[in-house]
Amino acid sequence: MGVYWAIAVRSFRRFSTYRIATVSGIFTNSVFGFILCGVYLTLWHERPGLGGYDVSDALTFVWLQQGLLMPVGIFGASTTSELGERVRSGAIAVDLYRPTQLLLWWLSVDLGRATFQLLARGGAPLLVGALVFDLKFPSSVALWPLVVLGLLLGIMVSFAIRYLVALSGFWITDSRGMEQLALVLSLFFAGTILPLVAFPGWLGVIARATPWAATMQVPIDIWLGRNPGGTGAALLFQFGWLLVLLLAGQLATTLATRKVVIQGG
Amino acid sequence: MAVIELADVSRAFTVTSRSGWRRTRREVRAVDGMTFSVEPGEVMGYIGPNGAGKSTTIKMLTGILVPSGGTIRVAGVDPSRHRLKLARRIGVVFGQRTTLWWDLPLKDSFAVLQKMYDVPLARHRENLATFVELLDLRDLLDVPVRQLSLGQRMRGDIAAALLHDPEIVYLDEPTIGLDVISKARLREFLAQVNAERRTTIILTTHDLDDIEALCTRVMVIDHGHQIFDGTLDGLKSSQSAPRTLVVDLAATLPPIQVTGATVIKTDGPRQHLTFPTNTSAAPLLAEIAANYPLVDLSVSEPTIESVITQLYNTA
Repeated sequence: MGVYWAIAVRSFRRFSTYRIATVSGIFTNSVFGFILCGVYLTLWHERPGLGGYDVSDALTFVWLQQGLLMPVGIFGASTTSELGERVRSGAIAVDLYRPTQLLLWWLSVDLGRATFQLLARGGAPLLVGALVFDLKFPSSVALWPLVVLGLLLGIMVSFAIRYLVALSGFWITDSRGMEQLALVLSLFFAGTILPLVAFPGWLGVIARATPWAATMQVPIDIWLGRNPGGTGAALLFQFGWLLVLLLAGQLATTLATRKVVIQGG
Repeated sequence: MAVIELADVSRAFTVTSRSGWRRTRREVRAVDGMTFSVEPGEVMGYIGPNGAGKSTTIKMLTGILVPSGGTIRVAGVDPSRHRLKLARRIGVVFGQRTTLWWDLPLKDSFAVLQKMYDVPLARHRENLATFVELLDLRDLLDVPVRQLSLGQRMRGDIAAALLHDPEIVYLDEPTIGLDVISKARLREFLAQVNAERRTTIILTTHDLDDIEALCTRVMVIDHGHQIFDGTLDGLKSSQSAPRTLVVDLAATLPPIQVTGATVIKTDGPRQHLTFPTNTSAAPLLAEIAANYPLVDLSVSEPTIESVITQLYNTA
Protein backbone atom coordinates (compact mmCIF):
# COMPACT_ATOMS: atom_id res chain seq x y z
CA MET A 1 0.00 0.00 0.00
CA GLY A 2 3.03 2.26 0.49
CA VAL A 3 3.17 3.02 -3.18
CA TYR A 4 -0.35 4.48 -3.29
CA TRP A 5 0.41 6.76 -0.38
CA ALA A 6 3.63 7.84 -2.13
CA ILE A 7 1.64 8.57 -5.28
CA ALA A 8 -0.99 10.60 -3.42
CA VAL A 9 1.74 12.63 -1.69
CA ARG A 10 3.45 13.37 -5.04
CA SER A 11 0.15 14.32 -6.60
CA PHE A 12 -0.50 16.72 -3.71
CA ARG A 13 2.95 18.25 -4.24
CA ARG A 14 2.42 18.47 -7.96
CA PHE A 15 -0.75 20.52 -7.56
CA SER A 16 0.89 22.71 -4.95
CA THR A 17 3.30 23.92 -7.64
CA TYR A 18 0.50 25.64 -9.54
CA ARG A 19 0.43 28.72 -7.32
CA ILE A 20 -0.93 31.28 -9.76
CA ALA A 21 -3.75 28.94 -10.77
CA THR A 22 -4.64 28.51 -7.09
CA VAL A 23 -4.79 32.25 -6.39
CA SER A 24 -6.69 33.13 -9.55
CA GLY A 25 -9.09 30.25 -8.86
CA ILE A 26 -9.93 31.63 -5.42
CA PHE A 27 -10.56 35.04 -6.99
CA THR A 28 -12.91 33.56 -9.61
CA ASN A 29 -14.77 31.52 -6.99
CA SER A 30 -15.28 34.66 -4.88
CA VAL A 31 -16.64 36.70 -7.80
CA PHE A 32 -19.09 33.92 -8.69
CA GLY A 33 -19.97 33.62 -5.01
CA PHE A 34 -21.15 37.25 -4.91
CA ILE A 35 -23.11 36.90 -8.16
CA LEU A 36 -24.90 33.75 -6.91
CA CYS A 37 -25.58 35.39 -3.55
CA GLY A 38 -27.39 38.17 -5.40
CA VAL A 39 -29.51 35.63 -7.26
CA TYR A 40 -30.23 33.47 -4.18
CA LEU A 41 -31.10 36.51 -2.01
CA THR A 42 -33.74 37.50 -4.57
CA LEU A 43 -35.03 33.94 -4.83
CA TRP A 44 -35.30 33.32 -1.09
CA HIS A 45 -36.84 36.77 -0.63
CA GLU A 46 -39.63 35.75 -3.00
CA ARG A 47 -39.90 32.17 -1.66
CA PRO A 48 -38.78 32.12 1.99
CA GLY A 49 -37.91 28.65 3.21
CA LEU A 50 -37.51 27.25 -0.29
CA GLY A 51 -36.40 23.60 -0.09
CA GLY A 52 -36.25 23.84 3.70
CA TYR A 53 -33.32 26.33 3.53
CA ASP A 54 -33.48 29.70 5.23
CA VAL A 55 -31.58 32.66 3.75
CA SER A 56 -28.49 31.90 5.81
CA ASP A 57 -28.50 28.26 4.62
CA ALA A 58 -28.78 29.39 1.02
CA LEU A 59 -25.90 31.86 1.31
CA THR A 60 -23.70 29.32 3.12
CA PHE A 61 -24.53 26.83 0.38
CA VAL A 62 -23.15 29.30 -2.20
CA TRP A 63 -19.79 29.78 -0.47
CA LEU A 64 -19.33 26.12 0.39
CA GLN A 65 -20.17 25.22 -3.20
CA GLN A 66 -17.64 27.72 -4.59
CA GLY A 67 -14.98 26.20 -2.35
CA LEU A 68 -15.86 22.63 -3.31
CA LEU A 69 -16.20 22.93 -7.09
CA MET A 70 -12.52 22.28 -7.71
CA PRO A 71 -11.69 19.75 -4.95
CA VAL A 72 -14.73 17.62 -5.81
CA GLY A 73 -14.09 18.08 -9.52
CA ILE A 74 -17.57 19.16 -10.57
CA PHE A 75 -16.24 20.47 -13.90
CA GLY A 76 -13.99 17.42 -14.20
CA ALA A 77 -10.42 17.41 -12.89
CA SER A 78 -7.10 17.54 -14.67
CA THR A 79 -6.18 14.13 -13.23
CA THR A 80 -9.05 12.19 -14.76
CA SER A 81 -9.02 14.23 -17.97
CA GLU A 82 -5.34 13.30 -18.26
CA LEU A 83 -6.37 9.66 -17.89
CA GLY A 84 -8.95 10.13 -20.67
CA GLU A 85 -6.25 11.63 -22.86
CA ARG A 86 -3.95 8.66 -22.17
CA VAL A 87 -6.72 6.27 -23.17
CA ARG A 88 -7.37 8.19 -26.40
CA SER A 89 -3.69 8.41 -27.35
CA GLY A 90 -2.86 4.85 -26.34
CA ALA A 91 -0.28 6.02 -23.80
CA ILE A 92 -2.31 4.05 -21.27
CA ALA A 93 -0.29 1.00 -22.36
CA VAL A 94 2.64 2.44 -20.39
CA ASP A 95 0.52 2.33 -17.24
CA LEU A 96 -0.05 -1.38 -17.76
CA TYR A 97 3.71 -2.06 -17.52
CA ARG A 98 3.63 -1.00 -13.90
CA PRO A 99 3.08 -3.49 -11.09
CA THR A 100 0.21 -1.38 -9.74
CA GLN A 101 -3.57 -1.42 -10.02
CA LEU A 102 -4.82 1.16 -12.50
CA LEU A 103 -7.86 2.18 -10.47
CA LEU A 104 -5.95 2.56 -7.21
CA TRP A 105 -3.18 4.47 -8.99
CA TRP A 106 -5.57 7.07 -10.36
CA LEU A 107 -7.61 7.19 -7.16
CA SER A 108 -4.42 8.04 -5.26
CA VAL A 109 -3.49 10.69 -7.82
CA ASP A 110 -6.97 12.20 -7.56
CA LEU A 111 -7.07 12.15 -3.76
CA GLY A 112 -3.69 13.93 -3.65
CA ARG A 113 -5.08 16.59 -5.98
CA ALA A 114 -8.37 16.93 -4.10
CA THR A 115 -6.67 17.20 -0.71
CA PHE A 116 -4.44 20.01 -1.92
CA GLN A 117 -7.31 21.87 -3.54
CA LEU A 118 -9.51 21.38 -0.50
CA LEU A 119 -6.87 22.80 1.83
CA ALA A 120 -5.74 25.61 -0.47
CA ARG A 121 -9.04 26.57 -2.04
CA GLY A 122 -11.86 24.96 -0.11
CA GLY A 123 -11.98 27.38 2.81
CA ALA A 124 -10.95 30.60 1.06
CA PRO A 125 -14.31 31.50 -0.53
CA LEU A 126 -16.02 30.69 2.77
CA LEU A 127 -13.80 33.23 4.54
CA VAL A 128 -14.52 35.85 1.87
CA GLY A 129 -18.25 35.17 2.11
CA ALA A 130 -18.21 35.27 5.91
CA LEU A 131 -16.77 38.79 5.83
CA VAL A 132 -19.89 40.07 4.08
CA PHE A 133 -22.72 37.71 5.02
CA ASP A 134 -23.93 35.87 8.08
CA LEU A 135 -22.96 32.27 7.33
CA LYS A 136 -23.67 29.02 9.14
CA PHE A 137 -21.00 26.78 10.63
CA PRO A 138 -21.46 23.24 11.97
CA SER A 139 -23.38 23.48 15.19
CA SER A 140 -21.22 21.13 17.26
CA VAL A 141 -17.65 19.83 17.29
CA ALA A 142 -19.01 16.29 16.88
CA LEU A 143 -20.26 17.26 13.43
CA TRP A 144 -16.78 18.05 12.04
CA PRO A 145 -15.60 14.44 11.57
CA LEU A 146 -18.89 13.72 9.74
CA VAL A 147 -18.35 16.74 7.49
CA VAL A 148 -14.84 15.48 6.66
CA LEU A 149 -16.14 11.95 6.01
CA GLY A 150 -18.93 13.30 3.79
CA LEU A 151 -16.42 15.35 1.82
CA LEU A 152 -14.08 12.39 1.38
CA LEU A 153 -16.94 10.19 0.17
CA GLY A 154 -18.16 12.98 -2.13
CA ILE A 155 -14.72 13.38 -3.71
CA MET A 156 -14.39 9.63 -4.17
CA VAL A 157 -17.85 9.29 -5.74
CA SER A 158 -16.95 12.13 -8.12
CA PHE A 159 -13.66 10.37 -8.93
CA ALA A 160 -15.43 7.08 -9.62
CA ILE A 161 -17.80 8.77 -12.09
CA ARG A 162 -14.95 10.62 -13.82
CA TYR A 163 -12.88 7.42 -13.95
CA LEU A 164 -15.68 5.57 -15.75
CA VAL A 165 -16.08 8.46 -18.20
CA ALA A 166 -12.32 8.44 -18.91
CA LEU A 167 -12.31 4.68 -19.47
CA SER A 168 -15.23 4.94 -21.89
CA GLY A 169 -12.57 5.94 -24.44
CA PHE A 170 -11.66 2.26 -24.72
CA TRP A 171 -14.98 1.59 -26.42
CA ILE A 172 -16.05 4.96 -27.84
CA THR A 173 -13.78 6.39 -30.52
CA ASP A 174 -14.04 9.92 -29.25
CA SER A 175 -14.86 9.98 -25.58
CA ARG A 176 -14.82 13.80 -25.50
CA GLY A 177 -18.55 13.77 -26.24
CA MET A 178 -18.97 11.58 -23.19
CA GLU A 179 -16.99 14.08 -21.13
CA GLN A 180 -19.28 16.88 -22.34
CA LEU A 181 -22.36 14.90 -21.36
CA ALA A 182 -20.86 14.08 -17.98
CA LEU A 183 -20.10 17.76 -17.44
CA VAL A 184 -23.69 18.81 -18.10
CA LEU A 185 -25.09 16.07 -15.85
CA SER A 186 -22.59 16.93 -13.14
CA LEU A 187 -23.37 20.67 -13.25
CA PHE A 188 -27.09 20.08 -12.98
CA PHE A 189 -27.32 17.12 -10.60
CA ALA A 190 -24.56 18.14 -8.21
CA GLY A 191 -26.58 21.25 -7.36
CA THR A 192 -24.32 23.80 -9.05
CA ILE A 193 -27.20 25.76 -10.53
CA LEU A 194 -29.61 25.48 -7.60
CA PRO A 195 -29.50 23.41 -4.41
CA LEU A 196 -31.16 20.06 -5.14
CA VAL A 197 -33.41 20.53 -2.14
CA ALA A 198 -35.15 23.33 -4.02
CA PHE A 199 -36.20 21.06 -6.91
CA PRO A 200 -39.92 20.28 -6.72
CA GLY A 201 -41.77 16.95 -7.04
CA TRP A 202 -40.47 14.02 -9.04
CA LEU A 203 -37.59 16.05 -10.52
CA GLY A 204 -36.33 16.67 -7.02
CA VAL A 205 -36.68 13.01 -6.08
CA ILE A 206 -34.68 11.91 -9.09
CA ALA A 207 -32.08 14.67 -8.73
CA ARG A 208 -31.47 13.82 -5.08
CA ALA A 209 -31.06 10.10 -5.89
CA THR A 210 -28.34 10.41 -8.56
CA PRO A 211 -24.69 9.77 -7.73
CA TRP A 212 -23.93 13.44 -8.48
CA ALA A 213 -26.08 14.39 -5.48
CA ALA A 214 -23.60 12.40 -3.39
CA THR A 215 -20.67 14.50 -4.61
CA MET A 216 -21.55 17.99 -3.37
CA GLN A 217 -25.13 18.45 -2.23
CA VAL A 218 -24.92 15.80 0.48
CA PRO A 219 -21.66 17.03 2.08
CA ILE A 220 -22.98 20.59 2.11
CA ASP A 221 -26.20 19.41 3.76
CA ILE A 222 -24.15 17.58 6.40
CA TRP A 223 -22.44 20.91 7.14
CA LEU A 224 -25.81 22.68 7.33
CA GLY A 225 -27.49 19.82 9.19
CA ARG A 226 -30.21 19.79 6.52
CA ASN A 227 -30.08 16.25 5.05
CA PRO A 228 -33.73 15.28 4.51
CA GLY A 229 -33.27 11.83 6.08
CA GLY A 230 -30.62 12.78 8.64
CA THR A 231 -26.82 12.69 8.46
CA GLY A 232 -26.50 8.93 8.91
CA ALA A 233 -28.75 8.14 5.96
CA ALA A 234 -26.88 10.72 3.87
CA LEU A 235 -23.52 9.06 4.56
CA LEU A 236 -24.99 5.66 3.80
CA PHE A 237 -26.36 7.02 0.52
CA GLN A 238 -22.89 8.27 -0.44
CA PHE A 239 -21.26 5.03 0.62
CA GLY A 240 -23.74 2.97 -1.41
CA TRP A 241 -23.05 4.93 -4.59
CA LEU A 242 -19.30 4.79 -3.97
CA LEU A 243 -19.39 1.02 -3.67
CA VAL A 244 -21.45 0.57 -6.83
CA LEU A 245 -19.31 2.97 -8.85
CA LEU A 246 -15.97 1.61 -7.69
CA LEU A 247 -17.09 -1.93 -8.50
CA ALA A 248 -18.19 -0.72 -11.94
CA GLY A 249 -14.81 1.03 -12.28
CA GLN A 250 -12.91 -2.12 -11.42
CA LEU A 251 -15.04 -4.14 -13.83
CA ALA A 252 -14.41 -1.57 -16.60
CA THR A 253 -10.67 -1.74 -15.82
CA THR A 254 -10.65 -5.52 -16.14
CA LEU A 255 -12.59 -5.41 -19.40
CA ALA A 256 -10.44 -2.59 -20.80
CA THR A 257 -7.23 -4.41 -19.89
CA ARG A 258 -8.52 -7.56 -21.50
CA LYS A 259 -9.47 -5.59 -24.61
CA VAL A 260 -6.00 -4.07 -24.86
CA VAL A 261 -4.24 -7.35 -24.16
CA ILE A 262 -6.38 -9.53 -26.40
CA GLN A 263 -7.54 -7.22 -29.20
CA GLY A 264 -4.53 -4.95 -29.13
CA GLY A 265 -6.21 -1.65 -28.21
CA MET B 1 18.92 -21.28 -19.59
CA ALA B 2 17.33 -18.77 -21.93
CA VAL B 3 15.67 -15.79 -20.28
CA ILE B 4 13.39 -15.14 -23.26
CA GLU B 5 11.94 -17.88 -25.41
CA LEU B 6 9.56 -17.55 -28.32
CA ALA B 7 8.26 -20.55 -30.22
CA ASP B 8 6.36 -19.96 -33.46
CA VAL B 9 4.79 -16.77 -32.12
CA SER B 10 2.38 -14.84 -34.27
CA ARG B 11 0.00 -11.97 -33.75
CA ALA B 12 -2.83 -10.97 -36.03
CA PHE B 13 -4.95 -7.83 -35.89
CA THR B 14 -8.32 -7.28 -37.47
CA VAL B 15 -8.35 -4.06 -39.43
CA THR B 16 -11.70 -2.60 -40.41
CA SER B 17 -11.70 -0.20 -43.31
CA ARG B 18 -14.69 1.63 -44.66
CA SER B 19 -15.27 2.92 -48.15
CA GLY B 20 -18.72 4.39 -48.63
CA TRP B 21 -21.20 1.98 -47.04
CA ARG B 22 -19.06 -1.08 -47.36
CA ARG B 23 -17.06 -2.17 -44.39
CA THR B 24 -14.33 -4.64 -45.05
CA ARG B 25 -12.52 -6.57 -42.41
CA ARG B 26 -9.19 -8.02 -43.08
CA GLU B 27 -6.61 -9.72 -40.97
CA VAL B 28 -3.13 -8.29 -40.73
CA ARG B 29 -0.32 -10.46 -39.41
CA ALA B 30 1.95 -8.07 -37.54
CA VAL B 31 4.18 -10.91 -36.34
CA ASP B 32 4.34 -14.24 -38.08
CA GLY B 33 6.08 -17.42 -36.96
CA MET B 34 8.70 -15.79 -34.74
CA THR B 35 11.03 -18.27 -33.01
CA PHE B 36 14.11 -17.25 -31.05
CA SER B 37 15.61 -17.27 -27.59
CA VAL B 38 17.77 -14.82 -25.70
CA GLU B 39 20.36 -15.82 -23.11
CA PRO B 40 20.86 -13.87 -19.86
CA GLY B 41 23.25 -10.98 -20.36
CA GLU B 42 22.80 -10.72 -24.10
CA VAL B 43 22.36 -7.31 -25.72
CA MET B 44 20.15 -7.78 -28.73
CA GLY B 45 19.41 -5.12 -31.29
CA TYR B 46 15.97 -5.53 -32.71
CA ILE B 47 15.64 -3.62 -35.94
CA GLY B 48 13.24 -3.28 -38.80
CA PRO B 49 11.39 -0.58 -40.74
CA ASN B 50 8.28 1.11 -39.31
CA GLY B 51 5.43 -1.36 -39.12
CA ALA B 52 7.73 -4.38 -39.22
CA GLY B 53 6.32 -5.76 -35.96
CA LYS B 54 8.93 -4.53 -33.47
CA SER B 55 6.62 -2.94 -30.94
CA THR B 56 4.10 -5.74 -31.31
CA THR B 57 6.84 -8.17 -30.28
CA ILE B 58 7.89 -5.99 -27.33
CA LYS B 59 4.27 -5.71 -26.21
CA MET B 60 3.93 -9.50 -26.25
CA LEU B 61 7.19 -9.92 -24.36
CA THR B 62 6.01 -7.57 -21.61
CA GLY B 63 2.61 -9.24 -21.41
CA ILE B 64 0.38 -6.36 -22.47
CA LEU B 65 -0.56 -8.21 -25.65
CA VAL B 66 -1.34 -11.91 -26.00
CA PRO B 67 0.00 -13.73 -29.04
CA SER B 68 -2.59 -15.20 -31.42
CA GLY B 69 -0.42 -18.27 -31.80
CA GLY B 70 2.71 -19.86 -30.37
CA THR B 71 4.18 -19.68 -26.88
CA ILE B 72 6.27 -17.12 -25.05
CA ARG B 73 8.22 -17.48 -21.84
CA VAL B 74 9.98 -14.56 -20.23
CA ALA B 75 11.95 -15.08 -17.01
CA GLY B 76 10.22 -18.44 -16.72
CA VAL B 77 6.62 -17.21 -16.95
CA ASP B 78 3.95 -16.64 -19.56
CA PRO B 79 3.98 -12.81 -19.81
CA SER B 80 0.31 -12.10 -20.48
CA ARG B 81 -0.84 -14.43 -17.70
CA HIS B 82 1.54 -12.98 -15.14
CA ARG B 83 1.78 -9.40 -16.31
CA LEU B 84 1.89 -7.80 -12.86
CA LYS B 85 4.34 -10.37 -11.51
CA LEU B 86 6.60 -9.98 -14.52
CA ALA B 87 6.40 -6.19 -14.30
CA ARG B 88 8.59 -6.34 -11.17
CA ARG B 89 11.35 -8.14 -13.04
CA ILE B 90 11.53 -6.07 -16.20
CA GLY B 91 12.26 -2.46 -17.06
CA VAL B 92 10.85 -0.59 -20.04
CA VAL B 93 11.87 2.70 -21.64
CA PHE B 94 9.99 4.35 -24.47
CA GLY B 95 12.12 6.99 -26.15
CA GLN B 96 9.16 9.14 -26.97
CA ARG B 97 7.23 8.85 -23.71
CA THR B 98 8.26 9.50 -20.18
CA THR B 99 7.17 7.71 -17.02
CA LEU B 100 8.57 10.49 -14.83
CA TRP B 101 6.37 12.92 -12.89
CA TRP B 102 6.30 15.92 -15.18
CA ASP B 103 5.88 18.78 -12.69
CA LEU B 104 7.98 17.40 -9.87
CA PRO B 105 11.73 17.20 -9.23
CA LEU B 106 13.37 14.10 -10.67
CA LYS B 107 14.07 12.67 -7.22
CA ASP B 108 10.34 12.39 -6.49
CA SER B 109 9.88 9.98 -9.39
CA PHE B 110 12.70 7.83 -8.03
CA ALA B 111 11.15 7.83 -4.55
CA VAL B 112 7.82 6.58 -5.93
CA LEU B 113 9.61 3.81 -7.83
CA GLN B 114 11.29 2.57 -4.66
CA LYS B 115 7.83 2.05 -3.14
CA MET B 116 6.31 0.71 -6.34
CA TYR B 117 8.83 -2.10 -6.65
CA ASP B 118 9.39 -2.56 -2.90
CA VAL B 119 13.12 -2.09 -3.37
CA PRO B 120 14.88 -2.41 0.02
CA LEU B 121 15.90 1.11 1.04
CA ALA B 122 19.62 0.30 1.28
CA ARG B 123 19.64 -1.28 -2.16
CA HIS B 124 17.66 1.66 -3.58
CA ARG B 125 20.18 4.15 -2.19
CA GLU B 126 23.07 2.13 -3.55
CA ASN B 127 21.53 1.90 -7.04
CA LEU B 128 20.55 5.54 -7.04
CA ALA B 129 24.06 6.60 -6.04
CA THR B 130 25.54 4.50 -8.85
CA PHE B 131 23.18 5.82 -11.51
CA VAL B 132 23.48 9.42 -10.34
CA GLU B 133 27.24 9.06 -10.66
CA LEU B 134 27.29 7.26 -14.03
CA LEU B 135 24.56 9.31 -15.69
CA ASP B 136 25.67 12.59 -14.16
CA LEU B 137 22.30 13.29 -12.57
CA ARG B 138 23.47 15.01 -9.39
CA ASP B 139 22.50 18.53 -10.45
CA LEU B 140 19.23 17.37 -11.97
CA LEU B 141 17.67 15.64 -8.94
CA ASP B 142 16.01 18.82 -7.70
CA VAL B 143 14.92 20.06 -11.12
CA PRO B 144 11.28 19.54 -12.21
CA VAL B 145 11.18 17.04 -15.06
CA ARG B 146 9.44 19.48 -17.41
CA GLN B 147 12.53 21.73 -17.23
CA LEU B 148 14.94 18.98 -18.27
CA SER B 149 16.31 18.80 -21.80
CA LEU B 150 15.46 15.75 -23.86
CA GLY B 151 18.85 14.17 -23.18
CA GLN B 152 18.62 14.83 -19.44
CA ARG B 153 15.10 13.46 -19.29
CA MET B 154 16.14 10.33 -21.15
CA ARG B 155 18.93 9.75 -18.63
CA GLY B 156 16.33 10.11 -15.90
CA ASP B 157 14.00 7.65 -17.63
CA ILE B 158 16.76 5.08 -18.07
CA ALA B 159 17.77 5.34 -14.43
CA ALA B 160 14.08 4.96 -13.51
CA ALA B 161 13.78 1.77 -15.54
CA LEU B 162 16.82 0.21 -13.86
CA LEU B 163 16.34 1.17 -10.21
CA HIS B 164 14.58 -2.07 -9.27
CA ASP B 165 17.35 -4.28 -10.68
CA PRO B 166 15.31 -5.72 -13.56
CA GLU B 167 16.63 -8.89 -15.19
CA ILE B 168 15.49 -7.70 -18.61
CA VAL B 169 15.28 -4.18 -19.99
CA TYR B 170 13.42 -3.22 -23.14
CA LEU B 171 14.59 0.02 -24.67
CA ASP B 172 12.47 1.44 -27.44
CA GLU B 173 14.55 3.97 -29.38
CA PRO B 174 16.41 5.26 -26.34
CA THR B 175 18.64 7.64 -28.30
CA ILE B 176 15.97 9.22 -30.50
CA GLY B 177 16.43 12.96 -30.79
CA LEU B 178 19.61 13.07 -28.72
CA ASP B 179 22.80 14.88 -29.71
CA VAL B 180 25.99 12.97 -30.45
CA ILE B 181 27.51 13.44 -26.99
CA SER B 182 24.35 12.40 -25.15
CA LYS B 183 24.07 9.32 -27.35
CA ALA B 184 27.65 8.28 -26.68
CA ARG B 185 27.23 8.77 -22.95
CA LEU B 186 24.04 6.72 -22.86
CA ARG B 187 25.57 3.87 -24.82
CA GLU B 188 28.56 3.81 -22.52
CA PHE B 189 26.25 3.61 -19.53
CA LEU B 190 24.17 0.78 -20.98
CA ALA B 191 27.30 -1.19 -21.86
CA GLN B 192 28.50 -0.80 -18.29
CA VAL B 193 25.19 -1.88 -16.75
CA ASN B 194 25.13 -4.91 -19.00
CA ALA B 195 28.72 -5.83 -18.12
CA GLU B 196 28.39 -5.36 -14.36
CA ARG B 197 24.85 -6.60 -13.72
CA ARG B 198 24.40 -9.08 -16.54
CA THR B 199 21.16 -7.31 -17.41
CA THR B 200 19.64 -8.63 -20.62
CA ILE B 201 18.94 -5.73 -22.96
CA ILE B 202 16.60 -5.72 -25.92
CA LEU B 203 17.00 -2.57 -27.94
CA THR B 204 14.83 -1.39 -30.81
CA THR B 205 16.31 1.47 -32.75
CA HIS B 206 16.60 3.18 -36.10
CA ASP B 207 20.05 4.42 -35.13
CA LEU B 208 22.47 1.80 -36.34
CA ASP B 209 25.31 3.35 -34.35
CA ASP B 210 23.46 2.13 -31.25
CA ILE B 211 23.69 -1.38 -32.63
CA GLU B 212 27.33 -1.00 -33.56
CA ALA B 213 28.25 0.30 -30.10
CA LEU B 214 26.20 -2.05 -27.94
CA CYS B 215 24.79 -5.16 -29.50
CA THR B 216 26.37 -8.58 -29.48
CA ARG B 217 23.50 -9.78 -31.57
CA VAL B 218 21.25 -8.28 -34.20
CA MET B 219 17.83 -9.40 -35.28
CA VAL B 220 16.29 -7.85 -38.35
CA ILE B 221 12.58 -8.24 -38.96
CA ASP B 222 10.36 -7.16 -41.80
CA HIS B 223 6.65 -7.75 -42.34
CA GLY B 224 6.54 -9.78 -39.13
CA HIS B 225 9.23 -12.23 -40.25
CA GLN B 226 12.77 -12.65 -39.00
CA ILE B 227 15.05 -12.00 -41.92
CA PHE B 228 18.35 -12.02 -40.08
CA ASP B 229 19.62 -13.22 -36.70
CA GLY B 230 23.33 -13.13 -35.90
CA THR B 231 26.28 -10.86 -35.16
CA LEU B 232 26.78 -7.46 -36.70
CA ASP B 233 29.80 -8.70 -38.68
CA GLY B 234 27.72 -11.62 -39.88
CA LEU B 235 25.07 -9.17 -41.03
CA LYS B 236 27.61 -7.10 -42.93
CA SER B 237 29.19 -10.07 -44.70
CA SER B 238 25.85 -11.73 -45.43
CA GLN B 239 25.05 -9.08 -47.97
CA SER B 240 27.21 -8.08 -50.90
CA ALA B 241 26.54 -4.38 -50.78
CA PRO B 242 28.85 -2.63 -53.23
CA ARG B 243 31.98 -0.79 -52.08
CA THR B 244 32.66 2.71 -53.30
CA LEU B 245 35.84 4.12 -54.83
CA VAL B 246 36.27 7.89 -55.05
CA VAL B 247 39.01 9.18 -57.36
CA ASP B 248 40.26 12.73 -57.84
CA LEU B 249 41.66 13.36 -61.28
CA ALA B 250 43.88 16.20 -62.48
CA ALA B 251 41.16 17.49 -64.81
CA THR B 252 37.42 17.30 -65.40
CA LEU B 253 36.92 14.32 -67.68
CA PRO B 254 34.00 12.34 -69.05
CA PRO B 255 33.15 9.22 -66.95
CA ILE B 256 36.22 6.96 -66.93
CA GLN B 257 36.17 3.40 -68.24
CA VAL B 258 37.47 0.74 -65.83
CA THR B 259 36.85 -3.01 -65.99
CA GLY B 260 34.85 -4.34 -63.02
CA ALA B 261 33.63 -0.93 -61.80
CA THR B 262 31.07 1.65 -62.90
CA VAL B 263 30.95 5.40 -62.45
CA ILE B 264 27.83 6.38 -60.53
CA LYS B 265 28.49 10.09 -60.11
CA THR B 266 30.86 12.78 -61.39
CA ASP B 267 31.54 15.98 -59.53
CA GLY B 268 34.03 18.10 -61.48
CA PRO B 269 37.37 16.28 -61.42
CA ARG B 270 36.03 13.90 -58.76
CA GLN B 271 34.37 10.66 -59.85
CA HIS B 272 32.53 8.04 -57.74
CA LEU B 273 32.67 4.39 -58.78
CA THR B 274 31.13 1.25 -57.29
CA PHE B 275 32.49 -2.27 -57.40
CA PRO B 276 31.40 -5.57 -55.80
CA THR B 277 32.44 -6.35 -52.20
CA ASN B 278 34.13 -9.62 -53.11
CA THR B 279 36.64 -8.05 -55.50
CA SER B 280 39.88 -6.34 -54.62
CA ALA B 281 40.44 -2.63 -55.21
CA ALA B 282 44.11 -3.10 -56.21
CA PRO B 283 43.68 -4.01 -59.92
CA LEU B 284 41.19 -1.14 -60.34
CA LEU B 285 43.70 1.32 -58.93
CA ALA B 286 46.45 0.03 -61.21
CA GLU B 287 44.21 0.38 -64.25
CA ILE B 288 43.04 3.87 -63.35
CA ALA B 289 46.59 5.08 -62.52
CA ALA B 290 47.85 3.70 -65.85
CA ASN B 291 45.17 5.33 -68.01
CA TYR B 292 44.13 8.54 -66.24
CA PRO B 293 45.81 11.47 -64.43
CA LEU B 294 45.11 10.22 -60.86
CA VAL B 295 45.69 12.74 -58.02
CA ASP B 296 44.04 11.13 -54.98
CA LEU B 297 41.65 8.32 -54.06
CA SER B 298 39.67 6.71 -51.22
CA VAL B 299 37.77 3.46 -50.77
CA SER B 300 34.69 3.25 -48.54
CA GLU B 301 33.10 0.13 -47.10
CA PRO B 302 29.35 -0.39 -47.24
CA THR B 303 27.50 1.21 -44.31
CA ILE B 304 25.15 -0.88 -42.15
CA GLU B 305 22.34 1.27 -43.52
CA SER B 306 23.06 0.12 -47.05
CA VAL B 307 23.45 -3.49 -45.91
CA ILE B 308 20.10 -3.40 -44.18
CA THR B 309 18.40 -1.59 -47.04
CA GLN B 310 19.64 -4.33 -49.32
CA LEU B 311 18.41 -6.95 -46.88
CA TYR B 312 14.89 -5.46 -46.89
CA ASN B 313 14.89 -5.31 -50.66
CA THR B 314 15.92 -8.91 -51.11
CA ALA B 315 13.69 -10.31 -48.36
